[in-house]
Amino acid sequence: MINYFNPNNTLKIINRIQKFVFALFIIVLLLGLVEALVLSPEDYKQSDSVRIMYVHVPSAWISLGIFSFISILSFGVFVFKNKNFSLITKSLAPSGFVFSIIALVTGSIWGKPTWGTWWAWDARITSMLLLSIFYLLFITSWKITTDTGKAEKISSIIAIIGLINIPVIKFSVEWWNTLHQPASVKILEETTIHSSMLTPLAIMTAAFALFSLLIFLMKYNTELLKIKNKGLNRL
Amino acid sequence: MISELLNMNGYGVYVWSSFIFTLFSFSFLYAVVKLNLIKEKKKFEENYKSLDEKKLASVAKQKNVQRDISKHFHI
Repeated sequence: MINYFNPNNTLKIINRIQKFVFALFIIVLLLGLVEALVLSPEDYKQSDSVRIMYVHVPSAWISLGIFSFISILSFGVFVFKNKNFSLITKSLAPSGFVFSIIALVTGSIWGKPTWGTWWAWDARITSMLLLSIFYLLFITSWKITTDTGKAEKISSIIAIIGLINIPVIKFSVEWWNTLHQPASVKILEETTIHSSMLTPLAIMTAAFALFSLLIFLMKYNTELLKIKNKGLNRL
Repeated sequence: MISELLNMNGYGVYVWSSFIFTLFSFSFLYAVVKLNLIKEKKKFEENYKSLDEKKLASVAKQKNVQRDISKHFHI
């Protein structure tokens, strides 16, 4: 099973699908933008400001999803001692970090017309800020540590500690009184958002997921080339 | 129609700035990652070209490296 993660097998696949993912991302993004900005209806309470949801919510979902995946793989780094797991986590982190920043900035912009303030230290917003800090620490640990083995361990520990923050983000709106509204899209319960808004939200989420996949493939390719360059230098 | 789309009932500045920030972040991240990829590819090509015959023979013995070179680079 672990052989499927062999860098030499994946490099071949990456080069094949990179262009396809890019083309698909552009198509889905254009479709999502038309749906989100033109075709979807305005909200009866929030009017057109609700359209910010179509960039804010997918960014938050994907940054959370990527960090959860990084944390799980970080356990794998310790359990299976598989170096490729840390290569995957390192390649996933930049897009996760950018998505967490987008979620914070667009949330702040949305907060001004909705709550009358750009920022509030409430549980959901603060825990999202913590997620961005964990991403930053994870990326910085790779940048400042010259020893790869040490960088793997430090970054994995950061990701595992950061995993505690994920349920806090998810349930913060239920555990505490927050300015942030509760979740409208639920997996186990009935979704309280109308299909005319759910469709653009789903399309934009797909576009953002494709973008993070594209960035991951490019970054992973770069990391593999770095390893090969080191190999050639050692000859 | 266009002014309505831009104005968005007075929320245009919030909506458009959110979308523009998102697309700018995407473009910035894509450009940074792409430039790094191009830089590493160039470095690999230069490193490979600078190898002497003995080292080239050593590389040729490593099947995976040889396969990747022939597949991804025009040397």
